[in-house]
Amino acid sequence: MTDLTSLTIAEAREGLAKKEFTATELTTSYITAIDGANELNAYVTKTPEKALEMAKASDERIAKGEARPLEGIPLGIKDLYCTKGVGAYACSHILDGFTPEYESTVTQNLWDDGAVMLGKLAMDEFAMGSTTETSYFGPVKNPWRAEGESIDRVPGGSSGGSAAAVAARICAGATASDTGGSIRQPAAFTGTVGIKPTYGRCSRWGMIAFASSLDQAGPIARTVRDAAIMMKSMASVDAKDTTSVDLPVPDYEAALTGDIKGMKVGIPKEYRVDGMPEEVEANWQQGIDWLKAAGAEIVDISLPMTKYALPAYYIVAPAEASSNLARYDGVKYGLRVNGNDIIDMYEKTRAAGFGSEVKRRILIGTYVLSAGYYDAYYLRAQKIRSLIKQDFEKAFQSVDTILTPATPSAAFELNKEITDPVEMYLNDIFTVTVNMAGLPGISVPSGKNGQGLPMGLQLIGKAFDEETLFRTAGVLEDAAGILEAPTKWW
Amino acid sequence: MSIDKDTVKRVARLARLSVTEEEAESLKGELNSILNWVELLNEVDVDGVNPMTSVVTQKMKKRDDVVTDGNYADRVVSNAPASEDNYFMVPKVIE
Repeated sequence: MTDLTSLTIAEAREGLAKKEFTATELTTSYITAIDGANELNAYVTKTPEKALEMAKASDERIAKGEARPLEGIPLGIKDLYCTKGVGAYACSHILDGFTPEYESTVTQNLWDDGAVMLGKLAMDEFAMGSTTETSYFGPVKNPWRAEGESIDRVPGGSSGGSAAAVAARICAGATASDTGGSIRQPAAFTGTVGIKPTYGRCSRWGMIAFASSLDQAGPIARTVRDAAIMMKSMASVDAKDTTSVDLPVPDYEAALTGDIKGMKVGIPKEYRVDGMPEEVEANWQQGIDWLKAAGAEIVDISLPMTKYALPAYYIVAPAEASSNLARYDGVKYGLRVNGNDIIDMYEKTRAAGFGSEVKRRILIGTYVLSAGYYDAYYLRAQKIRSLIKQDFEKAFQSVDTILTPATPSAAFELNKEITDPVEMYLNDIFTVTVNMAGLPGISVPSGKNGQGLPMGLQLIGKAFDEETLFRTAGVLEDAAGILEAPTKWW
Repeated sequence: MSIDKDTVKRVARLARLSVTEEEAESLKGELNSILNWVELLNEVDVDGVNPMTSVVTQKMKKRDDVVTDGNYADRVVSNAPASEDNYFMVPKVIE
């Protein structure tokens, strides 16, 4: 029998329906694969017993002919989602021992559709990072290595555990979240597909908050079809999140027609940044050629505010984070370090519980929101957001989607010494504009670089037009060919 | 604009984060690096531009003002580092 972990979600769904194997067998294969992949450090919590229990229930439903859309499909869940009775730490020491009493809307939607939970996946602490090295539980290793090398590389971040687990075939698909590129950048680094839907498409209820006006849930999967299947289940209108938008969730799989004839694809000139590696430029051109060959019309466009998106993001996101993270005080949940009085307890708890990147962002956020600075920083940044959004609105008058590189490089080496925080922030240069404008963006594998490492292209869409993204990404995937699994070294 | 070590300590106090002298010194450099970089935004003319408040124009959703949830204080405090009789326990606040 073929290794069941090699099947995509669509293939596993078919195999289960045809009773070629059971959900229990499928889940068992993943549990075995997970236990053999400890070296990657992708899982922070494994839930094999829960998974087998859920798989058994799925088998019973399949036997009764009552299979739901994700019946028996084993998924990994980013540690940022609250899962009832299963720890959720956002990979921070400050949430030590936190066991949610409730389930996030997105994960509940997945379980209601029959999915099986394999465990919780590593991330940068509170989703702040681009490498998953800021996780309290240690860095995650990218299953991809350069050809002929045995050097560990980062899986990207913040959803690095999700991306690594999907690439390494230790879950069929994973939930992730994206505040500035945290789904799309790790997807590009690991040869997987990741979509950040439009802000408001998924409920944020039960997701541990980082920057509330930017955070959005989305899946990481092996193929565009798998991402479409997961997206359909994750998205919903939710009364518990006032920013969830009242729009019906389309059947994204139905959008995968492969037909993009006459579609207008914008190429923004501002994304040709200085010092962009030749291979990134060439890959982008390859993407343009593929879409052209499929009948799309290529249109040069301009998004003049692009260069301001990243600095504006580094005001808005830390400001909102400093407010959201004020709740971690050693009283309600998680870590407590005792002090001489209550203020001393707060200060010691937070000093011990937060890692250095989180502290840096809390301080920046507190500073820009402090008396006398609000207008100069936060208000100005929010005005610039309006201008970024207007840029896109103008561009979308003449194009249907926009094609850009997903990241300025392929996956880099683990423990790369970066002392200047700004240098690290540049990882998100192509993805962050999308969050600032609230638009949907998808990262899709587009071949490998000279070292044999995966590369990714990003498609940006109109608000709530994820269907065009899936359709166009499907065409890119067909042209590039679905990547084989990385060679197992772990 | 650049911030000094005392400002770092003041902001840390506002954020309820204790920092050592050494940490304050290194944070000073990191925060200044970020603040210098965001100075770039001053180039943009934002006169007459409204700040972005939402991605799509949508009326704020309001629910009916009725109790739909609750009555499980034990679950609310179940993750507290210290609790007694369904109350959160903190060090003495009032003398």
